[in-house]
Amino acid sequence: MMLSRVANNIYWAARYIERAENTARLINVNSHLLLDLPRRIRLGWEPIIEILGNDALFYQRHDTADERQVIRFMVSEQANPGSIVNSLRQARENARTIRDIIPREAWEQINQNYLHAREHASSSLGRRKRDDFLRSIILGAQSVTGMLAGTMTHDEGYDFLRMGRNLERADMTTRIVDVRSASLLPEMSEDLSPFENIQWVSVLKSLTAYQMYRREMRIRVRRPDVLRFLLQERRFPRAFYHATCEVENCLQHLPHNEKPLKILTRLQKKVLSAKLEQLQQEELHGFVDVLQLDLARLHNEIRASYF
Amino acid sequence: MAIRWGSYKVKGLHDELIRVSGRPRPAARALCDYLRALKDKDIEEYRAAAETAIHVMGITFTVYSEEEGSIDRAWPFDIIPRIIDRSEWQQVEAGLRQRVQALNLFIDDLYHKQQIVRDEVFPEALLKDSKNFRPQCVGIDPPHGVWAHICGSDLVRDSDGTIYVLEDNLRVPSGVSYMLENRQIMKRVFPELFENYNILPVDDYPSQLYDMLASLAPRGIEQPEIVVLTPGIYNSAYFEHAYLAQQMGAELVEGSDLVVDKHNMVYMRTIEGLSQVDVIYRRIDDLFLDPEAFAPDSMLGVPGLMRAWKAGNVALANAPGAGVADDKVVYSYVPEIIRYYLNEEPLIDNVPTYRCFNKTERDYVIQNIAKLVVKPANESGGYGMLIGPQATQEERDKFVNLIRRDPRNYIAQPLLTLSTAPTLVGNRAEPRHLDLRPFILSGEKTYVTTGGLTRVALRKGSTVVNSSQGGGSKDTWIVDMESGQ
Repeated sequence: MMLSRVANNIYWAARYIERAENTARLINVNSHLLLDLPRRIRLGWEPIIEILGNDALFYQRHDTADERQVIRFMVSEQANPGSIVNSLRQARENARTIRDIIPREAWEQINQNYLHAREHASSSLGRRKRDDFLRSIILGAQSVTGMLAGTMTHDEGYDFLRMGRNLERADMTTRIVDVRSASLLPEMSEDLSPFENIQWVSVLKSLTAYQMYRREMRIRVRRPDVLRFLLQERRFPRAFYHATCEVENCLQHLPHNEKPLKILTRLQKKVLSAKLEQLQQEELHGFVDVLQLDLARLHNEIRASYF
Repeated sequence: MAIRWGSYKVKGLHDELIRVSGRPRPAARALCDYLRALKDKDIEEYRAAAETAIHVMGITFTVYSEEEGSIDRAWPFDIIPRIIDRSEWQQVEAGLRQRVQALNLFIDDLYHKQQIVRDEVFPEALLKDSKNFRPQCVGIDPPHGVWAHICGSDLVRDSDGTIYVLEDNLRVPSGVSYMLENRQIMKRVFPELFENYNILPVDDYPSQLYDMLASLAPRGIEQPEIVVLTPGIYNSAYFEHAYLAQQMGAELVEGSDLVVDKHNMVYMRTIEGLSQVDVIYRRIDDLFLDPEAFAPDSMLGVPGLMRAWKAGNVALANAPGAGVADDKVVYSYVPEIIRYYLNEEPLIDNVPTYRCFNKTERDYVIQNIAKLVVKPANESGGYGMLIGPQATQEERDKFVNLIRRDPRNYIAQPLLTLSTAPTLVGNRAEPRHLDLRPFILSGEKTYVTTGGLTRVALRKGSTVVNSSQGGGSKDTWIVDMESGQ
């Protein structure tokens, strides 16, 4: 028997941890993209704010989206509820109320993640130490995931944890794909095409997907194949489709799952039947939006059914 | 310098372990020999081992701060145990049973015929002024006629060796989880001592608590749904709420997890829908329990809970209204209450208590305030009291005014010299004052913990043992000397 409040707290603790990790990945991909692109077409940091749906909040507080301000906003700004530090703090506050459900070591790691991020956030502002900082955020989140996988009973509580993590991951993967689609002009001029592939490599790398892509696809890095890998691959754990399959698996263990499963199945069909190679930048951006809205719908249904 | 009992000074004190300098009491002899043989380095090691155990086991109490939110502090613990001989403990235990039985009869009477008031043993005026009498509870018949299911009574020992009851906590007494954890720490740190002593176990408490709560369940079913109702993570005793729920295998719930329907049934919200609740061990004060019946703006409670309780569909422990007997003026009547309901003499004495609402006694208190401890009727945790001998004239004058303005709300007692026990200060043992809080469970049957929670004032000369005010704790050993060491 699991209390709704407890299920809700586990679910959100997992979402916040995953959100912090993926925000770190998102900053990473953009940092690398900027280094790869020729100066005249650099779009800077503005797209990141838009992709996370934070532009209104950001421009209330800042005039221009320069690197320093955007990074500070995304890493540690108090007013941004989705900043890395705030996400980790909320993960901790959620985990605190379920300390009797999660193993002690996992609680300590979640606590430690927040304290570490808060203390070292300022080192992310300069480029030199940024990589180390972001990597430590990703590693901290992965440690929690590993501890929970290895030491928590795989009961209903664990199902809610996995659902939270994978819904957040699916959502963030679409956003990271979106960085790429937003950061280039729709019509790629001839002389820029050499950069095309380099940029997709950095997208893959930010999701730790480059090596796996290579093994799995056994072809050079090309846009349609990368999109197929990140959105439709069943076996890669950060791929959109994989994440939805995880959610499906969790839902199958839970009572009255008909409604959320129905939404999920429709969503899976949509992503698998998409002709990704035919989607131009504008259309890709639109398609990503559709997926994100469907995820929001799925979240609402889970909330209505269980919390 | 390691521990030298010859230089341990107990003059004018009653020490729990040492009779006169250099001479341990019989039950403490083996322990004292053991401690004397330790080198500084060993003591250091044991202390570190205890600290590690506390950290690893996650034994904390919560302090709230503006800046950081709630902070878990490590539990302050002294590694030298306090020892009580079993034969003495058996008398104390009998006294506690007697006391709690009488208190429950008293509460039940107050919410029914009030015979004790009609017979003029307990003054009607006191009842009228009582802050903890709940008119909403009149006429209710809780299972087994028991209102105070969990009672924590504070015992102290004066310098002549007499044990007194200092107060009875009948609302939501806390501390029992620390009693249990203290024993776990000691087993980890001093396993060899447990081989040499016949120490009675304490670990039985969670299952006794579960059985007691189950005996209150209204539905006659095999496995009633029992929950622990907590105000939440910011409460200072949250550790204990979570600990007891876990140990009993009960759900730990907050007010928002529970709902009362129009048939006056209580349910908890689970991922499978609503699930009926039979017994609530509530760790929320009466006034926050049900916004419908008490404080309308309480966010902690469950609307309709009182309806469900009155209808007999759910059991609450402790019952609402039990706090009427948890009042320092009522306390002064406990000996009369025992005689009235049980026709017996009290087996444990009260500390002599002056009631300020009585003019003669009030005049005595005001004249002798420099010698007395003055306490408000309804505070706990050592707050709002005056320790006459240690207070300034200004503070004493302030209390004289307070007493004159609201005599019903104050009692006074002579300042006892609480007994002491050796406590580590650096690598030496020094006497520190302490008390003892045993817990008494009443349902179908009565159960008294083996010993209880020993709280010790860590500051030299201090008698304030509360953990929020610089107190620590010790493991409490009830040892059986007769069946051999």
